[in-house]
Amino acid sequence: MTIRKLAVTEHPLALEVNDLTVAYQSKPVLWDVDLAVPQGVLMAIVGPNGAGKSTLIKAVLDLVPRASGTIAFFGKPYKQARQLIGYVPQRGSVDWDFPTSVLDVVLMGLYGRLGWFRRPARAHREQAMHALEQVGMADLAARQISQLSGGQQQRTFLARALVQQARLYFMDEPFAAVDAVTERAIVNVLQALRADGRTVLVVHHDLQTVQSYFDWVTLLNVEVIASGATATTFTPDNLRRTYGGRVSFVSAHEAVASAGD
Amino acid sequence: MDAQQNRRVWRLIAGIVLLACLFVSFSAWGLGVNYTYTLRTVALGGVVLGALNGVLGCFAVLRQESLIGDALSHAALPGVAVAFLLVGRELGALLLGAGAASWLGVYAMHAITRTTRLKREPAMGVVLVLWFALGLALLSYIQSLPNASQAGLKTFIFGQAAAMVAQDVQWLAGMSALVFVVLAAFWKEFKLLTFDAEFAQANGFAVGWLNLLLSTLIVAAIVLGLQLAGVVLMVGLLIAPATAARQWTHRLSQMVVLAGVFGAFAGGVGAVLSAVDAKLPTGPMIIVVAFSVVLVSLLFAPERGVLATLLQRRAERLRFAKVVPLPERERNGRA
Repeated sequence: MTIRKLAVTEHPLALEVNDLTVAYQSKPVLWDVDLAVPQGVLMAIVGPNGAGKSTLIKAVLDLVPRASGTIAFFGKPYKQARQLIGYVPQRGSVDWDFPTSVLDVVLMGLYGRLGWFRRPARAHREQAMHALEQVGMADLAARQISQLSGGQQQRTFLARALVQQARLYFMDEPFAAVDAVTERAIVNVLQALRADGRTVLVVHHDLQTVQSYFDWVTLLNVEVIASGATATTFTPDNLRRTYGGRVSFVSAHEAVASAGD
Repeated sequence: MDAQQNRRVWRLIAGIVLLACLFVSFSAWGLGVNYTYTLRTVALGGVVLGALNGVLGCFAVLRQESLIGDALSHAALPGVAVAFLLVGRELGALLLGAGAASWLGVYAMHAITRTTRLKREPAMGVVLVLWFALGLALLSYIQSLPNASQAGLKTFIFGQAAAMVAQDVQWLAGMSALVFVVLAAFWKEFKLLTFDAEFAQANGFAVGWLNLLLSTLIVAAIVLGLQLAGVVLMVGLLIAPATAARQWTHRLSQMVVLAGVFGAFAGGVGAVLSAVDAKLPTGPMIIVVAFSVVLVSLLFAPERGVLATLLQRRAERLRFAKVVPLPERERNGRA
Protein backbone atom coordinates (compact mmCIF):
# COMPACT_ATOMS: atom_id res chain seq x y z
CA MET A 1 0.00 0.00 0.00
CA THR A 2 1.35 3.40 -0.95
CA ILE A 3 -1.10 5.74 0.70
CA ARG A 4 0.85 8.62 2.05
CA LYS A 5 0.37 10.04 5.48
CA LEU A 6 -2.18 12.80 5.32
CA ALA A 7 -0.43 16.09 4.85
CA VAL A 8 -3.34 18.25 5.96
CA THR A 9 -5.29 17.17 8.97
CA GLU A 10 -8.27 19.48 9.33
CA HIS A 11 -10.54 16.97 7.60
CA PRO A 12 -9.52 13.46 6.61
CA LEU A 13 -11.62 13.38 3.42
CA ALA A 14 -10.85 15.61 0.45
CA LEU A 15 -14.13 14.60 -1.14
CA GLU A 16 -17.20 12.87 0.22
CA VAL A 17 -20.12 12.00 -2.04
CA ASN A 18 -23.37 10.53 -0.73
CA ASP A 19 -26.30 9.12 -2.71
CA LEU A 20 -25.41 11.02 -5.88
CA THR A 21 -27.79 10.34 -8.74
CA VAL A 22 -27.72 12.10 -12.11
CA ALA A 23 -30.20 11.47 -14.90
CA TYR A 24 -30.42 12.70 -18.50
CA GLN A 25 -34.00 12.59 -19.78
CA SER A 26 -35.04 10.17 -17.00
CA LYS A 27 -32.24 7.73 -17.83
CA PRO A 28 -29.84 7.43 -14.91
CA VAL A 29 -26.23 8.20 -15.81
CA LEU A 30 -25.02 7.92 -12.24
CA TRP A 31 -26.93 5.86 -9.71
CA ASP A 32 -26.61 6.22 -5.96
CA VAL A 33 -22.90 7.00 -5.97
CA ASP A 34 -21.14 7.00 -2.60
CA LEU A 35 -17.52 7.99 -2.58
CA ALA A 36 -14.96 8.87 0.10
CA VAL A 37 -11.62 10.13 -1.15
CA PRO A 38 -8.95 10.64 1.52
CA GLN A 39 -6.60 13.60 1.29
CA GLY A 40 -3.32 13.22 -0.53
CA VAL A 41 -4.18 10.42 -2.95
CA LEU A 42 -3.87 10.22 -6.73
CA MET A 43 -7.12 8.60 -7.74
CA ALA A 44 -8.02 7.20 -11.14
CA ILE A 45 -11.68 7.01 -12.12
CA VAL A 46 -12.00 4.17 -14.61
CA GLY A 47 -14.91 2.48 -16.31
CA PRO A 48 -16.31 1.71 -19.78
CA ASN A 49 -17.62 4.39 -22.17
CA GLY A 50 -20.88 5.85 -20.93
CA ALA A 51 -20.12 4.81 -17.36
CA GLY A 52 -20.59 8.41 -16.19
CA LYS A 53 -16.96 9.21 -15.38
CA SER A 54 -17.00 12.75 -16.74
CA THR A 55 -20.53 13.25 -15.47
CA LEU A 56 -19.34 12.34 -12.00
CA ILE A 57 -16.80 15.17 -12.06
CA LYS A 58 -19.27 17.62 -13.54
CA ALA A 59 -22.00 16.73 -11.08
CA VAL A 60 -19.62 17.09 -8.16
CA LEU A 61 -18.55 20.53 -9.44
CA ASP A 62 -22.16 21.66 -9.93
CA LEU A 63 -21.72 21.83 -13.71
CA VAL A 64 -24.62 19.45 -14.40
CA PRO A 65 -27.80 19.27 -12.32
CA ARG A 66 -28.06 16.48 -9.77
CA ALA A 67 -31.23 14.49 -9.17
CA SER A 68 -30.13 13.79 -5.62
CA GLY A 69 -27.09 13.56 -3.41
CA THR A 70 -24.88 15.57 -1.09
CA ILE A 71 -21.25 16.48 -1.67
CA ALA A 72 -18.63 17.79 0.74
CA PHE A 73 -15.10 19.04 0.04
CA PHE A 74 -12.84 18.89 3.09
CA GLY A 75 -16.05 18.67 5.10
CA LYS A 76 -17.48 21.86 3.58
CA PRO A 77 -20.12 22.51 0.94
CA TYR A 78 -19.00 23.45 -2.57
CA LYS A 79 -19.61 27.20 -2.21
CA GLN A 80 -17.24 27.47 0.75
CA ALA A 81 -14.58 25.18 -0.70
CA ARG A 82 -14.47 26.63 -4.23
CA GLN A 83 -11.04 28.23 -3.81
CA LEU A 84 -9.63 24.84 -2.86
CA ILE A 85 -10.73 23.14 -6.07
CA GLY A 86 -8.99 23.03 -9.44
CA TYR A 87 -10.43 21.71 -12.68
CA VAL A 88 -8.95 20.47 -15.96
CA PRO A 89 -11.77 20.01 -18.49
CA GLN A 90 -11.45 17.80 -21.56
CA ARG A 91 -9.39 19.73 -24.05
CA GLY A 92 -11.98 19.11 -26.76
CA SER A 93 -14.48 21.21 -24.81
CA VAL A 94 -13.19 24.54 -26.11
CA ASP A 95 -12.50 26.15 -29.49
CA TRP A 96 -8.70 26.26 -29.85
CA ASP A 97 -8.96 28.83 -32.63
CA PHE A 98 -9.87 31.42 -30.00
CA PRO A 99 -7.66 34.52 -30.45
CA THR A 100 -5.38 34.29 -27.44
CA SER A 101 -1.94 33.12 -26.32
CA VAL A 102 -0.79 30.23 -24.14
CA LEU A 103 0.18 32.57 -21.30
CA ASP A 104 -3.23 34.21 -21.48
CA VAL A 105 -5.03 30.89 -21.12
CA VAL A 106 -2.90 30.00 -18.10
CA LEU A 107 -3.70 33.38 -16.55
CA MET A 108 -7.38 32.46 -16.76
CA GLY A 109 -6.70 30.06 -13.91
CA LEU A 110 -6.20 33.12 -11.71
CA TYR A 111 -9.37 34.97 -12.71
CA GLY A 112 -11.42 33.26 -10.01
CA ARG A 113 -9.10 34.47 -7.27
CA LEU A 114 -8.77 37.94 -8.79
CA GLY A 115 -12.49 38.51 -8.47
CA TRP A 116 -14.56 41.10 -10.30
CA PHE A 117 -13.05 44.04 -12.18
CA ARG A 118 -9.40 43.28 -11.38
CA ARG A 119 -6.86 42.56 -14.10
CA PRO A 120 -3.88 40.20 -13.81
CA ALA A 121 -0.63 42.00 -12.88
CA ARG A 122 3.06 41.17 -13.26
CA ALA A 123 3.09 38.89 -10.22
CA HIS A 124 0.30 36.84 -11.78
CA ARG A 125 2.20 36.60 -15.03
CA GLU A 126 5.21 35.24 -13.14
CA GLN A 127 3.00 32.65 -11.47
CA ALA A 128 1.68 31.62 -14.88
CA MET A 129 5.19 31.35 -16.29
CA HIS A 130 6.19 29.16 -13.38
CA ALA A 131 3.27 26.84 -14.06
CA LEU A 132 4.26 26.68 -17.72
CA GLU A 133 7.79 25.69 -16.69
CA GLN A 134 6.35 22.87 -14.61
CA VAL A 135 4.68 21.39 -17.69
CA GLY A 136 7.63 22.10 -19.98
CA MET A 137 5.90 24.82 -21.99
CA ALA A 138 7.75 27.96 -20.86
CA ASP A 139 9.23 28.56 -24.31
CA LEU A 140 5.76 28.46 -25.87
CA ALA A 141 4.19 31.09 -23.59
CA ALA A 142 3.69 33.63 -26.37
CA ARG A 143 2.45 31.04 -28.86
CA GLN A 144 -1.04 31.34 -30.34
CA ILE A 145 -3.19 28.55 -28.98
CA SER A 146 -4.37 27.69 -32.50
CA GLN A 147 -0.83 26.54 -33.27
CA LEU A 148 -0.58 24.00 -30.45
CA SER A 149 -0.51 20.24 -30.83
CA GLY A 150 -2.99 18.16 -28.86
CA GLY A 151 -0.44 17.37 -26.19
CA GLN A 152 0.56 21.03 -25.87
CA GLN A 153 -3.10 21.98 -25.51
CA GLN A 154 -3.41 19.49 -22.70
CA ARG A 155 -0.33 20.82 -20.93
CA THR A 156 -1.65 24.38 -21.29
CA PHE A 157 -4.84 23.31 -19.53
CA LEU A 158 -2.78 21.58 -16.86
CA ALA A 159 -0.73 24.76 -16.28
CA ARG A 160 -3.95 26.75 -16.01
CA ALA A 161 -5.10 24.39 -13.27
CA LEU A 162 -1.72 24.58 -11.50
CA VAL A 163 -1.92 28.35 -11.02
CA GLN A 164 -5.22 27.78 -9.25
CA GLN A 165 -3.09 26.42 -6.36
CA ALA A 166 -5.93 24.11 -5.48
CA ARG A 167 -5.88 21.44 -2.78
CA LEU A 168 -8.12 19.11 -4.76
CA TYR A 169 -7.91 18.68 -8.53
CA PHE A 170 -10.37 17.17 -10.98
CA MET A 171 -8.92 16.22 -14.36
CA ASP A 172 -11.12 14.98 -17.18
CA GLU A 173 -9.14 12.59 -19.40
CA PRO A 174 -5.83 14.45 -19.42
CA PHE A 175 -4.10 11.41 -20.93
CA ALA A 176 -6.48 11.05 -23.87
CA ALA A 177 -4.57 10.95 -27.18
CA VAL A 178 -1.42 12.76 -26.05
CA ASP A 179 2.20 12.23 -27.08
CA ALA A 180 4.79 10.54 -24.86
CA VAL A 181 6.38 13.86 -23.82
CA THR A 182 3.04 15.14 -22.59
CA GLU A 183 2.20 11.91 -20.80
CA ARG A 184 5.53 12.09 -18.98
CA ALA A 185 4.96 15.77 -18.11
CA ILE A 186 1.50 15.03 -16.72
CA VAL A 187 2.79 12.13 -14.63
CA ASN A 188 5.54 14.36 -13.22
CA VAL A 189 3.02 17.03 -12.34
CA LEU A 190 0.73 14.48 -10.69
CA GLN A 191 3.58 13.17 -8.57
CA ALA A 192 4.67 16.69 -7.61
CA LEU A 193 1.12 17.48 -6.58
CA ARG A 194 0.91 14.39 -4.41
CA ALA A 195 4.32 15.09 -2.87
CA ASP A 196 2.83 18.43 -1.93
CA GLY A 197 -0.07 16.74 -0.13
CA ARG A 198 -2.67 17.65 -2.75
CA THR A 199 -5.42 15.34 -3.90
CA VAL A 200 -6.04 14.58 -7.57
CA LEU A 201 -8.95 12.77 -9.22
CA VAL A 202 -8.30 11.75 -12.81
CA VAL A 203 -10.72 10.28 -15.31
CA HIS A 204 -8.54 7.68 -16.95
CA HIS A 205 -8.90 5.31 -19.89
CA ASP A 206 -5.68 3.35 -20.06
CA LEU A 207 -6.01 0.39 -17.70
CA GLN A 208 -2.39 -0.61 -18.32
CA THR A 209 -1.05 2.42 -16.48
CA VAL A 210 -3.47 2.60 -13.55
CA GLN A 211 -1.19 0.69 -11.21
CA SER A 212 1.95 2.62 -12.02
CA TYR A 213 0.39 6.12 -11.98
CA PHE A 214 -2.26 5.97 -9.25
CA ASP A 215 -2.37 4.82 -5.65
CA TRP A 216 -6.16 5.04 -5.38
CA VAL A 217 -8.83 3.95 -7.83
CA THR A 218 -12.58 4.09 -8.31
CA LEU A 219 -14.19 1.62 -10.68
CA LEU A 220 -17.36 3.12 -12.07
CA ASN A 221 -20.15 1.87 -14.25
CA VAL A 222 -23.16 4.08 -13.49
CA GLU A 223 -22.78 2.76 -9.94
CA VAL A 224 -19.54 2.65 -7.99
CA ILE A 225 -18.29 -0.94 -8.36
CA ALA A 226 -15.35 -0.51 -6.02
CA SER A 227 -13.25 2.28 -4.60
CA GLY A 228 -10.07 2.19 -2.56
CA ALA A 229 -6.32 1.64 -2.65
CA THR A 230 -5.18 0.45 -6.08
CA ALA A 231 -3.38 -2.57 -4.65
CA THR A 232 -6.56 -4.01 -3.12
CA THR A 233 -9.23 -2.54 -5.42
CA PHE A 234 -7.81 -2.90 -8.93
CA THR A 235 -8.44 -6.64 -9.10
CA PRO A 236 -9.42 -8.78 -12.09
CA ASP A 237 -12.68 -9.62 -10.33
CA ASN A 238 -13.62 -5.96 -9.83
CA LEU A 239 -12.62 -5.16 -13.39
CA ARG A 240 -14.84 -7.92 -14.70
CA ARG A 241 -17.74 -6.54 -12.69
CA THR A 242 -17.05 -3.05 -14.08
CA TYR A 243 -16.59 -3.92 -17.73
CA GLY A 244 -19.21 -6.69 -17.86
CA GLY A 245 -18.90 -9.51 -20.34
CA ARG A 246 -15.79 -8.28 -22.13
CA VAL A 247 -13.85 -11.24 -20.83
CA SER A 248 -11.09 -11.26 -23.43
CA PHE A 249 -10.20 -7.71 -22.51
CA VAL A 250 -10.21 -8.51 -18.82
CA SER A 251 -8.15 -11.64 -19.19
CA ALA A 252 -5.58 -9.74 -21.24
CA HIS A 253 -5.39 -7.33 -18.38
CA GLU A 254 -5.11 -10.10 -15.82
CA ALA A 255 -1.87 -11.12 -17.46
CA VAL A 256 -0.54 -7.61 -17.03
CA ALA A 257 -1.78 -7.45 -13.46
CA SER A 258 -0.11 -10.71 -12.45
CA ALA A 259 3.07 -9.78 -14.29
CA GLY A 260 3.08 -6.54 -12.33
CA ASP A 261 2.90 -8.41 -9.03
CA MET B 1 6.05 38.86 -32.49
CA ASP B 2 3.75 40.83 -30.21
CA ALA B 3 5.25 44.18 -31.16
CA GLN B 4 5.05 43.21 -34.81
CA GLN B 5 1.39 42.41 -34.46
CA ASN B 6 0.72 45.66 -32.60
CA ARG B 7 2.37 47.59 -35.41
CA ARG B 8 0.31 45.71 -37.96
CA VAL B 9 -2.94 46.59 -36.19
CA TRP B 10 -2.01 50.27 -35.91
CA ARG B 11 -1.02 50.40 -39.56
CA LEU B 12 -4.31 48.79 -40.48
CA ILE B 13 -6.31 51.31 -38.44
CA ALA B 14 -4.36 54.16 -40.01
CA GLY B 15 -5.04 52.66 -43.44
CA ILE B 16 -8.77 52.46 -42.78
CA VAL B 17 -8.88 56.08 -41.58
CA LEU B 18 -6.98 57.16 -44.68
CA LEU B 19 -9.35 55.17 -46.86
CA ALA B 20 -12.32 56.83 -45.16
CA CYS B 21 -10.84 60.30 -45.83
CA LEU B 22 -10.19 59.39 -49.46
CA PHE B 23 -13.74 58.12 -49.75
CA VAL B 24 -15.19 61.34 -48.35
CA SER B 25 -13.35 63.46 -50.91
CA PHE B 26 -14.10 60.99 -53.72
CA SER B 27 -17.80 60.88 -52.90
CA ALA B 28 -17.99 64.69 -52.75
CA TRP B 29 -16.20 65.16 -56.10
CA GLY B 30 -16.97 62.01 -58.03
CA LEU B 31 -20.41 60.96 -56.82
CA GLY B 32 -21.70 64.45 -56.22
CA VAL B 33 -22.63 63.71 -52.65
CA ASN B 34 -23.54 66.87 -50.82
CA TYR B 35 -22.37 66.76 -47.23
CA THR B 36 -25.34 68.51 -45.72
CA TYR B 37 -26.07 68.67 -42.04
CA THR B 38 -28.48 65.74 -42.44
CA LEU B 39 -25.97 63.56 -44.23
CA ARG B 40 -23.26 64.33 -41.67
CA THR B 41 -25.70 63.30 -38.95
CA VAL B 42 -26.63 60.11 -40.74
CA ALA B 43 -23.00 59.20 -41.46
CA LEU B 44 -22.09 59.78 -37.85
CA GLY B 45 -24.96 57.49 -36.81
CA GLY B 46 -23.61 54.87 -39.19
CA VAL B 47 -20.14 55.15 -37.68
CA VAL B 48 -21.43 54.81 -34.11
CA LEU B 49 -23.70 51.84 -34.83
CA GLY B 50 -21.10 50.15 -37.00
CA ALA B 51 -18.52 50.38 -34.24
CA LEU B 52 -20.96 49.12 -31.62
CA ASN B 53 -22.00 46.12 -33.69
CA GLY B 54 -18.46 45.38 -34.79
CA VAL B 55 -17.28 45.20 -31.20
CA LEU B 56 -20.10 43.04 -29.90
CA GLY B 57 -20.11 40.95 -33.05
CA CYS B 58 -16.71 39.59 -31.94
CA PHE B 59 -18.36 37.87 -29.02
CA ALA B 60 -21.27 36.60 -31.11
CA VAL B 61 -18.82 35.14 -33.65
CA LEU B 62 -16.46 33.63 -31.07
CA ARG B 63 -19.38 32.10 -29.17
CA GLN B 64 -20.45 30.61 -32.50
CA GLU B 65 -23.78 32.34 -32.18
CA SER B 66 -23.78 34.26 -35.45
CA LEU B 67 -27.08 32.73 -36.46
CA ILE B 68 -28.68 33.72 -33.18
CA GLY B 69 -27.94 37.29 -34.21
CA ASP B 70 -29.87 36.65 -37.41
CA ALA B 71 -32.82 35.16 -35.54
CA LEU B 72 -32.75 38.04 -33.06
CA SER B 73 -32.91 40.74 -35.69
CA HIS B 74 -35.69 39.07 -37.68
CA ALA B 75 -37.62 38.46 -34.49
CA ALA B 76 -37.55 42.20 -33.74
CA LEU B 77 -39.92 43.12 -36.55
CA PRO B 78 -43.30 42.28 -34.92
CA GLY B 79 -42.16 44.25 -31.86
CA VAL B 80 -41.53 47.30 -34.02
CA ALA B 81 -44.97 46.96 -35.59
CA VAL B 82 -46.82 46.48 -32.31
CA ALA B 83 -44.97 49.40 -30.72
CA PHE B 84 -45.97 51.57 -33.66
CA LEU B 85 -49.62 50.56 -33.34
CA LEU B 86 -49.60 51.37 -29.63
CA VAL B 87 -47.44 54.48 -29.42
CA GLY B 88 -46.82 55.75 -32.94
CA ARG B 89 -43.52 56.65 -34.55
CA GLU B 90 -41.46 57.18 -31.45
CA LEU B 91 -37.91 55.83 -31.83
CA GLY B 92 -37.53 54.85 -28.18
CA ALA B 93 -40.80 52.93 -28.19
CA LEU B 94 -40.01 51.22 -31.50
CA LEU B 95 -36.62 50.05 -30.24
CA LEU B 96 -38.14 48.93 -26.96
CA GLY B 97 -40.71 46.90 -28.89
CA ALA B 98 -37.95 45.45 -31.07
CA GLY B 99 -35.93 44.47 -28.02
CA ALA B 100 -38.93 42.88 -26.31
CA ALA B 101 -39.85 40.86 -29.40
CA SER B 102 -36.25 39.69 -29.79
CA TRP B 103 -36.13 38.58 -26.20
CA LEU B 104 -39.42 36.72 -26.56
CA GLY B 105 -37.99 35.06 -29.65
CA VAL B 106 -34.87 33.92 -27.82
CA TYR B 107 -36.95 32.73 -24.91
CA ALA B 108 -39.21 30.76 -27.28
CA MET B 109 -36.11 29.27 -28.88
CA HIS B 110 -34.79 28.06 -25.54
CA ALA B 111 -38.22 26.79 -24.53
CA ILE B 112 -38.49 24.80 -27.75
CA THR B 113 -35.07 23.16 -27.35
CA ARG B 114 -35.79 22.39 -23.70
CA THR B 115 -39.25 20.89 -24.01
CA THR B 116 -39.24 19.25 -27.45
CA ARG B 117 -36.80 17.05 -29.26
CA LEU B 118 -35.93 19.82 -31.69
CA LYS B 119 -32.30 20.91 -31.69
CA ARG B 120 -31.12 24.51 -31.62
CA GLU B 121 -30.90 25.07 -35.37
CA PRO B 122 -34.45 24.04 -36.31
CA ALA B 123 -35.77 25.83 -33.23
CA MET B 124 -34.04 28.96 -34.44
CA GLY B 125 -35.50 28.49 -37.90
CA VAL B 126 -39.01 28.09 -36.53
CA VAL B 127 -38.85 31.20 -34.37
CA LEU B 128 -37.09 33.33 -36.97
CA VAL B 129 -39.63 32.60 -39.69
CA LEU B 130 -42.70 32.78 -37.47
CA TRP B 131 -41.71 36.08 -35.86
CA PHE B 132 -40.69 37.59 -39.19
CA ALA B 133 -43.95 36.49 -40.84
CA LEU B 134 -45.92 38.03 -37.99
CA GLY B 135 -43.93 41.23 -38.41
CA LEU B 136 -44.50 41.37 -42.17
CA ALA B 137 -48.23 40.75 -41.73
CA LEU B 138 -48.53 43.49 -39.12
CA LEU B 139 -46.49 45.83 -41.28
CA SER B 140 -48.78 45.29 -44.28
CA TYR B 141 -51.73 45.96 -42.04
CA ILE B 142 -50.14 49.20 -40.83
CA GLN B 143 -49.47 50.27 -44.44
CA SER B 144 -53.20 50.00 -45.11
CA LEU B 145 -54.06 52.35 -42.24
CA PRO B 146 -54.98 55.90 -43.20
CA ASN B 147 -52.07 57.40 -41.33
CA ALA B 148 -49.38 59.38 -43.11
CA SER B 149 -46.62 58.88 -40.55
CA GLN B 150 -46.29 55.14 -41.07
CA ALA B 151 -43.96 55.72 -44.02
CA GLY B 152 -40.83 55.49 -41.87
CA LEU B 153 -41.71 52.06 -40.60
CA LYS B 154 -40.85 50.12 -43.72
CA THR B 155 -37.27 51.29 -43.34
CA PHE B 156 -36.89 48.72 -40.59
CA ILE B 157 -36.88 45.94 -43.18
CA PHE B 158 -33.90 47.10 -45.23
CA GLY B 159 -32.74 49.99 -43.09
CA GLN B 160 -32.90 53.69 -43.88
CA ALA B 161 -30.40 55.88 -42.15
CA ALA B 162 -31.88 59.02 -43.67
CA ALA B 163 -34.65 58.78 -41.08
CA MET B 164 -32.14 59.55 -38.32
CA VAL B 165 -32.00 62.99 -36.74
CA ALA B 166 -29.26 64.54 -34.66
CA GLN B 167 -31.01 63.74 -31.41
CA ASP B 168 -31.18 60.04 -32.38
CA VAL B 169 -27.46 60.00 -33.02
CA GLN B 170 -26.70 61.61 -29.67
CA TRP B 171 -28.87 59.06 -27.97
CA LEU B 172 -27.25 56.19 -29.89
CA ALA B 173 -23.79 57.47 -29.01
CA GLY B 174 -24.75 57.60 -25.34
CA MET B 175 -26.10 54.06 -25.42
CA SER B 176 -23.00 52.80 -27.23
CA ALA B 177 -20.74 54.45 -24.66
CA LEU B 178 -22.71 52.73 -21.91
CA VAL B 179 -22.33 49.35 -23.64
CA PHE B 180 -18.57 49.91 -24.05
CA VAL B 181 -18.21 50.78 -20.36
CA VAL B 182 -19.98 47.57 -19.31
CA LEU B 183 -17.84 45.60 -21.75
CA ALA B 184 -14.63 47.08 -20.34
CA ALA B 185 -15.72 46.46 -16.75
CA PHE B 186 -16.46 42.79 -17.40
CA TRP B 187 -13.74 42.26 -20.00
CA LYS B 188 -11.90 39.48 -18.19
CA GLU B 189 -15.14 37.68 -17.33
CA PHE B 190 -16.55 37.91 -20.86
CA LYS B 191 -13.28 36.64 -22.29
CA LEU B 192 -13.24 33.62 -20.00
CA LEU B 193 -16.95 33.00 -20.56
CA THR B 194 -16.49 33.07 -24.33
CA PHE B 195 -13.44 30.81 -24.31
CA ASP B 196 -14.41 28.27 -21.64
CA ALA B 197 -17.75 28.77 -19.90
CA GLU B 198 -17.45 25.54 -17.96
CA PHE B 199 -14.13 26.55 -16.42
CA ALA B 200 -15.60 29.96 -15.57
CA GLN B 201 -18.45 28.26 -13.75
CA ALA B 202 -16.09 25.91 -11.92
CA ASN B 203 -14.16 29.01 -10.80
CA GLY B 204 -17.20 30.47 -9.12
CA PHE B 205 -18.25 33.03 -11.72
CA ALA B 206 -22.00 33.54 -12.03
CA VAL B 207 -22.04 32.20 -15.57
CA GLY B 208 -25.82 32.46 -15.89
CA TRP B 209 -25.77 36.18 -15.13
CA LEU B 210 -22.74 36.86 -17.27
CA ASN B 211 -24.38 35.06 -20.17
CA LEU B 212 -27.52 37.11 -19.71
CA LEU B 213 -25.53 40.34 -19.54
CA LEU B 214 -23.48 39.60 -22.65
CA SER B 215 -26.58 38.49 -24.57
CA THR B 216 -28.34 41.67 -23.49
CA LEU B 217 -25.48 43.77 -24.84
CA ILE B 218 -25.63 41.90 -28.15
CA VAL B 219 -29.40 42.35 -28.33
CA ALA B 220 -28.98 46.05 -27.57
CA ALA B 221 -26.44 46.41 -30.38
CA ILE B 222 -28.72 44.61 -32.82
CA VAL B 223 -31.84 46.54 -31.88
CA LEU B 224 -30.05 49.89 -32.06
CA GLY B 225 -28.63 48.97 -35.44
CA LEU B 226 -31.97 47.93 -36.92
CA GLN B 227 -32.96 51.31 -38.36
CA LEU B 228 -29.56 51.50 -40.02
CA ALA B 229 -29.15 48.03 -41.53
CA GLY B 230 -32.71 46.66 -41.35
CA VAL B 231 -33.86 43.35 -39.89
CA VAL B 232 -32.95 41.30 -42.96
CA LEU B 233 -29.29 42.24 -43.20
CA MET B 234 -28.59 43.25 -39.62
CA VAL B 235 -26.64 40.08 -38.92
CA GLY B 236 -24.12 41.14 -41.57
CA LEU B 237 -23.23 44.30 -39.67
CA LEU B 238 -22.82 42.17 -36.56
CA ILE B 239 -20.58 39.42 -37.91
CA ALA B 240 -18.74 40.86 -40.93
CA PRO B 241 -16.42 43.26 -39.04
CA ALA B 242 -15.60 40.58 -36.47
CA THR B 243 -14.88 37.98 -39.15
CA ALA B 244 -12.60 40.38 -40.98
CA ALA B 245 -10.81 41.47 -37.80
CA ARG B 246 -10.14 37.86 -36.79
CA GLN B 247 -7.98 37.46 -39.90
CA TRP B 248 -5.52 40.16 -38.87
CA THR B 249 -4.79 39.38 -35.24
CA HIS B 250 -4.47 36.63 -32.65
CA ARG B 251 -5.47 38.73 -29.67
CA LEU B 252 -9.01 39.29 -28.51
CA SER B 253 -8.41 42.92 -27.49
CA GLN B 254 -6.98 43.77 -30.90
CA MET B 255 -9.74 41.84 -32.65
CA VAL B 256 -12.39 43.83 -30.79
CA VAL B 257 -10.76 47.20 -31.57
CA LEU B 258 -10.24 46.30 -35.22
CA ALA B 259 -13.82 45.05 -35.56
CA GLY B 260 -15.01 48.34 -34.12
CA VAL B 261 -12.97 50.26 -36.69
CA PHE B 262 -14.12 48.05 -39.57
CA GLY B 263 -17.72 48.37 -38.42
CA ALA B 264 -17.47 52.14 -38.14
CA PHE B 265 -15.99 52.28 -41.64
CA ALA B 266 -18.74 50.10 -43.11
CA GLY B 267 -21.49 51.95 -41.26
CA GLY B 268 -20.25 55.41 -42.23
CA VAL B 269 -19.39 54.66 -45.85
CA GLY B 270 -22.57 52.63 -46.36
CA ALA B 271 -24.70 55.44 -44.98
CA VAL B 272 -23.04 57.99 -47.28
CA LEU B 273 -23.41 55.72 -50.33
CA SER B 274 -27.11 55.30 -49.68
CA ALA B 275 -27.41 59.09 -49.64
CA VAL B 276 -26.38 59.20 -53.32
CA ASP B 277 -30.04 58.60 -54.06
CA ALA B 278 -32.84 59.13 -51.55
CA LYS B 279 -34.45 55.83 -52.59
CA LEU B 280 -31.38 53.73 -51.81
CA PRO B 281 -31.78 51.65 -48.65
CA THR B 282 -28.87 51.84 -46.21
CA GLY B 283 -28.72 48.19 -45.14
CA PRO B 284 -27.55 46.64 -48.43
CA MET B 285 -24.98 49.43 -48.97
CA ILE B 286 -23.46 48.91 -45.54
CA ILE B 287 -23.35 45.16 -45.98
CA VAL B 288 -21.66 45.46 -49.38
CA VAL B 289 -18.97 47.67 -47.84
CA ALA B 290 -18.61 45.42 -44.79
CA PHE B 291 -18.19 42.29 -46.87
CA SER B 292 -15.68 43.99 -49.14
CA VAL B 293 -13.60 44.40 -46.01
CA VAL B 294 -14.17 40.70 -45.22
CA LEU B 295 -13.14 39.68 -48.72
CA VAL B 296 -9.94 41.73 -48.65
CA SER B 297 -9.13 40.34 -45.20
CA LEU B 298 -9.74 36.74 -46.18
CA LEU B 299 -7.53 37.13 -49.24
CA PHE B 300 -4.69 39.31 -48.03
CA ALA B 301 -4.36 39.00 -44.27
CA PRO B 302 -0.91 37.77 -43.25
CA GLU B 303 -0.74 34.22 -41.81
CA ARG B 304 -4.46 33.43 -42.07
CA GLY B 305 -5.20 34.91 -45.49
CA VAL B 306 -5.61 32.81 -48.64
CA LEU B 307 -2.64 34.46 -50.35
CA ALA B 308 -0.37 34.04 -47.33
CA THR B 309 -1.33 30.37 -47.04
CA LEU B 310 -0.60 29.73 -50.71
CA LEU B 311 2.74 31.54 -50.55
CA GLN B 312 3.73 29.65 -47.42
CA ARG B 313 2.85 26.30 -48.97
CA ARG B 314 4.91 27.19 -52.05
CA ALA B 315 7.87 28.23 -49.92
CA GLU B 316 7.66 25.00 -47.98
CA ARG B 317 7.52 22.95 -51.17
CA LEU B 318 10.59 24.68 -52.53
CA ARG B 319 12.46 24.27 -49.25
CA PHE B 320 11.72 20.56 -48.98
CA ALA B 321 12.56 20.03 -52.62
CA LYS B 322 15.99 21.47 -51.86
CA VAL B 323 16.52 19.35 -48.75
CA VAL B 324 15.29 16.08 -50.21
CA PRO B 325 15.93 15.74 -53.95
CA LEU B 326 13.80 12.63 -54.00
CA PRO B 327 13.77 11.56 -57.67
CA GLU B 328 17.55 11.75 -57.85
CA ARG B 329 17.94 9.55 -54.79
CA GLU B 330 15.59 6.99 -56.22
CA ARG B 331 17.57 6.89 -59.42
CA ASN B 332 20.80 6.41 -57.52
CA GLY B 333 19.21 3.74 -55.37
CA ARG B 334 18.14 1.75 -58.36
CA ALA B 335 21.47 2.08 -60.11
